[in-house]
Amino acid sequence: MSRLAFRDLCVWFGEGEDRVDAVKNATFEVPSGASFGLVGESGSGKSTILRALMGLVPNWSGEMVVGERKLGEKRDRAFYKEVQMVFQDPYASLHPRHSVDQVLSEVLKLHGFSDIDRRVNALLADVGLGPSYRFRYPHQLSGGQRQRVAIARALAPEPSVLLLDEPTSALDVSVQAEVLNLLTDLREEHGLTYLMVSHDLAVIAHMCEATAVMQNGEIVEMLSVEEMRAMRAEHPYTRHLLESASGYNPNAEQRA
Amino acid sequence: MSEKPLLDIEDLTVTFPTRQGDFQAVRGISFTLGRERLGIVGESGSGKSMTGRAILRLIRPPGRVEAGKLELEGTDLLKLSEREMQKIRGQRISMVMQDPKFSLNPVMRIGDQIMEIYRFHTGAGKRAAYEKAIEMLEAVSIRDPERVMRAYPHEMSGGMGQRIMIAMMMVTEPDILIADEPTSALDVSVQTQVLSIMDRLVRERGMGLIFISHDLNLVASFCDRVLIMYAGKIVEVCDADRLHEARHPYTRGLLGSLPRLDEPRHHLEVLKRDPAWLDAPSVSGRQ
Repeated sequence: MSRLAFRDLCVWFGEGEDRVDAVKNATFEVPSGASFGLVGESGSGKSTILRALMGLVPNWSGEMVVGERKLGEKRDRAFYKEVQMVFQDPYASLHPRHSVDQVLSEVLKLHGFSDIDRRVNALLADVGLGPSYRFRYPHQLSGGQRQRVAIARALAPEPSVLLLDEPTSALDVSVQAEVLNLLTDLREEHGLTYLMVSHDLAVIAHMCEATAVMQNGEIVEMLSVEEMRAMRAEHPYTRHLLESASGYNPNAEQRA
Repeated sequence: MSEKPLLDIEDLTVTFPTRQGDFQAVRGISFTLGRERLGIVGESGSGKSMTGRAILRLIRPPGRVEAGKLELEGTDLLKLSEREMQKIRGQRISMVMQDPKFSLNPVMRIGDQIMEIYRFHTGAGKRAAYEKAIEMLEAVSIRDPERVMRAYPHEMSGGMGQRIMIAMMMVTEPDILIADEPTSALDVSVQTQVLSIMDRLVRERGMGLIFISHDLNLVASFCDRVLIMYAGKIVEVCDADRLHEARHPYTRGLLGSLPRLDEPRHHLEVLKRDPAWLDAPSVSGRQ
């Protein structure tokens, strides 16, 4: 059974002459319990695919399937109970005047849970924050701690799918390691399915079993983690990405 | 190094007064810069950007810059008047910042911005400035420099913007370029291009480059020498190509926390910060 399936997904913005095709005929599947990556440059359409799944883009065509359910124009509460998203910038995605407690209990209330007090503490424990963080405001937290709160918020409805949009690109490498380790553990504990966007191939190779490489809205190549590690890529753009993952190579420019 | 260093810094501190007392962002570091690519790496808050700004005396009061020595080829930068400092900035030492979007004037044509800098520092005429600007844009691999000269910054992509910034900073042919995370806002394909341009300028013009970055792999492969900063101090100095043999537990921890394509592991190493690092004396980066 495939958990997420995209068939011929097209997303566009604007009409007529102003029309921009952000995603063109994207087709891929993410099996249940798997972790799948989307890599590409800014503007390649990788985040747009996540936003399309969440119902955050106005125009799209093609087919998106979650579990057995084909998605229509509207998303209902049951969808958001199953699929949740963690955004890139924890400095922007948390309300500055809501405490951690407010952020988490609001989501829990919306999804109709009753034992909110116990669940808030359990969520904080899940993401490695003690109960002392419960009544703090975002400005009293470091970047890594904020991203932990954002992850706790996404976990609150007990989803089975997490969409991760560059979850560590705003963080220092040592903090990135902590957050990636947390995501690895959570996936094992809760049997989650991940669809993860990143511009960093090393991060994708660490977190995912397979990835799609995107350029100008199109998927140009699909790679398994073994192929990534062996640097086996067909498309010149993917090869360039793999090479730059190991630093600056003065000869890379001519080939790009 | 046998030749005299371009920049000689001893015991540099940057202090900001706060309600809880003075906060030292840079705590007594010493290093020299020759005609080389010197990398400064560290995490956010380690003082690496403040070091770059302090050299140009861009720390605004109430922030204070103090140093036993802050010399540009024998000239004491701390003794210069603000007006004399203006002549140093841009002409002798230039700086490229992280995001071109915030460093270019949005309501001024790119050509006018480049020409203004050149004319300010050299007193050259319009025609000469125009030709110089075109030459510099060509040097940073911009294909149609005439069109770019007439364009406004918002018409340019991030990579183009950063190349324009470099052209603008190089037009006065400075001795030192300070690049503060010059490629962090760029996509990888553009990043390689921008780096190879800077690399060429350093080699061909014998410039000194201070390359500030949080990206260890990039610094290891791009620079000649690396200073690793932690909490306002230099904890380790090493040759860039031997960064992976670094000894200090902080450097080792940073390297270990990076996911690697060639070494898969289930969990990444997590950096354990030792409070003793805070009080250990700064390592000298003087040569």
